[in-house]
Amino acid sequence: MPLSTQPPASGEQYVLVASLDNARHLSSILRAVHFQDHATCFATVNGLRVTVEDAKCIQANAFIQAEIFQEFAVQEESVTFRINLSVLLDCLTIFGTSSLPGTSTALRMCYRGYGYPLMLFLEEGGVVTVCKINTQEPDELLDFDFCSTKVVNKIILQSEGLREAFAELDMTSEVLQITMSPDKPYFRLSTFGNAGSAHLDYPRDSDLMEAFHCNQTQTNRYKISLLKPSTKALALSCKVSIRTDAQGFLSLQYMIRNEDGQICFVEYYCCPDEDITEAEL
Amino acid sequence: MKCVITGSNVKVLGRAVHSLSRIGDELYLEPTESGLSLRAVNSSRSAFAAFLFAPLFFQLYEAGGRQPDRELLRCKVLMKSFLGIFRSLPSLEKTVGKCLILLKPRASRLVVQLHCKYGVTKTHNLAFQECERLQAVFDTQSCASSLCAPARVLAEAVVHFPQTLAEVTLGAGPGGKISLRNYVEDEAEPTKTMVTELWLAKEEFQTVAVAPGSRITFCLKEFRGLLTFAEASNLPLTIHYDVPGRPVVFTLDDAVLEVHLVLATLSDPESGSQPPTANGVSHLPAPSDDFADDLESYMIAMETSAYEAGSGVPPSPTFPLHTPRPAESDPEEEEEEEEEGAVPGTPPHKKFRSLFFGSVLMPGGPGPAPTQEVLAEDSDGEY
Repeated sequence: MPLSTQPPASGEQYVLVASLDNARHLSSILRAVHFQDHATCFATVNGLRVTVEDAKCIQANAFIQAEIFQEFAVQEESVTFRINLSVLLDCLTIFGTSSLPGTSTALRMCYRGYGYPLMLFLEEGGVVTVCKINTQEPDELLDFDFCSTKVVNKIILQSEGLREAFAELDMTSEVLQITMSPDKPYFRLSTFGNAGSAHLDYPRDSDLMEAFHCNQTQTNRYKISLLKPSTKALALSCKVSIRTDAQGFLSLQYMIRNEDGQICFVEYYCCPDEDITEAEL
Repeated sequence: MKCVITGSNVKVLGRAVHSLSRIGDELYLEPTESGLSLRAVNSSRSAFAAFLFAPLFFQLYEAGGRQPDRELLRCKVLMKSFLGIFRSLPSLEKTVGKCLILLKPRASRLVVQLHCKYGVTKTHNLAFQECERLQAVFDTQSCASSLCAPARVLAEAVVHFPQTLAEVTLGAGPGGKISLRNYVEDEAEPTKTMVTELWLAKEEFQTVAVAPGSRITFCLKEFRGLLTFAEASNLPLTIHYDVPGRPVVFTLDDAVLEVHLVLATLSDPESGSQPPTANGVSHLPAPSDDFADDLESYMIAMETSAYEAGSGVPPSPTFPLHTPRPAESDPEEEEEEEEEGAVPGTPPHKKFRSLFFGSVLMPGGPGPAPTQEVLAEDSDGEY
């Protein structure tokens, strides 16, 4: 099917039209949730949400609000489709991933609706690339039913303090154990690997601790292989909020500042792993 | 055992662990009254390194248990696990203020706790195994030659050799010059071999007391590990060596730190000395546990033993040599390998000799039977 290389006029026949002067504002956030090939995109007048799930246990959401885009128009109440995230990222970074100062890839994204492919028009230095990515039936997504009223423990940390810890997690451990408590050790990350156990303790009065609201001592274990991809989001972020509810479900929310200083959010939800056994000290 | 290391010494400890990780897969910790010793040995027992940190290195140092008569606990841990704690040297420097090492015998755990910036504490509980003392047999006093140079001089010399180079030959040349040359096996094709040789003037060294014309060949990989440490700590490196076949000892000395690296050297087949015997870990009659502690009286491991001298068999002529075999402690394996590559008139192996005996790590009991080498010609090559 012959493709017109002319980008369409705003809003014409398309249920979703979005323009970005710097495609990196989108591609870097999407990388933070790229641990599976497929993602579900959900667009409303407020912006774009991209969701990735794995093993029915973990869900990551990237939020790029409408204000980030130079143009963002949604004709229906909501637009949803499933897409290959690896392909989408390859297209968004088609001009290369190295960021030379002063150069950026401009993006125009158009979607005609159900059954149609997602069209990407990318331009850098006068060169235009047109990409057409097939879309699929959206999957049913998990609902962790995590709302602020059900939160038992919550802390907000500066990402700087956690980055190295997450990057160096003992991957021979099957689980990452998170302890949150109003008493010592306050906030502890533990692994139980081949060499032995390792514990990382953050005191409540640490300079890294922006907020500390722990009401109850909770110890939960999560599959480390599921949480490890969140390291990417952590690396991009400046702050992270860690919350657990009564069932031990974990919510990690990352505040990410892009090159222009605008704020986006990425969140990860994870189910706890089986029964809790006594942690080795 | 309990000790606390603070400030920049944490990084020194980290560098020592990195250096030891180039040697072996297990890290031996031995607290003594004169300090904490960290040691490693390689699988073929041809390299041994020991770092002794004096009590002054630590902010707090308690070698042993409360009971004075209770023997100090010696243990070993997986090198990979211990190295993992000190993996990133730059971040150690930036974020770690204090390191606590505690041996908990009842819990069978070695606790390493790092106190970092922002009040963060990293606690590692490593499983350990109790072990016997690991000690190489060497005596720097009896070495015929010694050299001392700033580590930088040797590091700059060694950089000319490719990273993949296995062995290097250090030699004393005319005019007091010292040479470094990559070791090339005799069987290597001349057209495909590159030889690199460099000469260092006497003036580059702080002391030169070498036997003229002396030469030794040792493994470069293990030496590089120590060199990196020496360069970073800005300490002069002393090299003690003797005849080919006897170990070469590299030492670093400081007010609070003593480092020894003992490497086996290639024995010289042209020297006319008796060919090396098989190197089971122990080939002395009736080894007992005590003499492991008595270093000075035993100078074995590298030389031909007493029983060999009396055998009355003429030395083998020089034959092409094989590359060093890793599994030297298994005599059966050695014999098979000999047969595979054997030319008529079994050649002596080019082997790096084991430096040890008496260590509990040796497999099974005392060493294998003395005469492993087939010195007499046998056309079948069979035993």
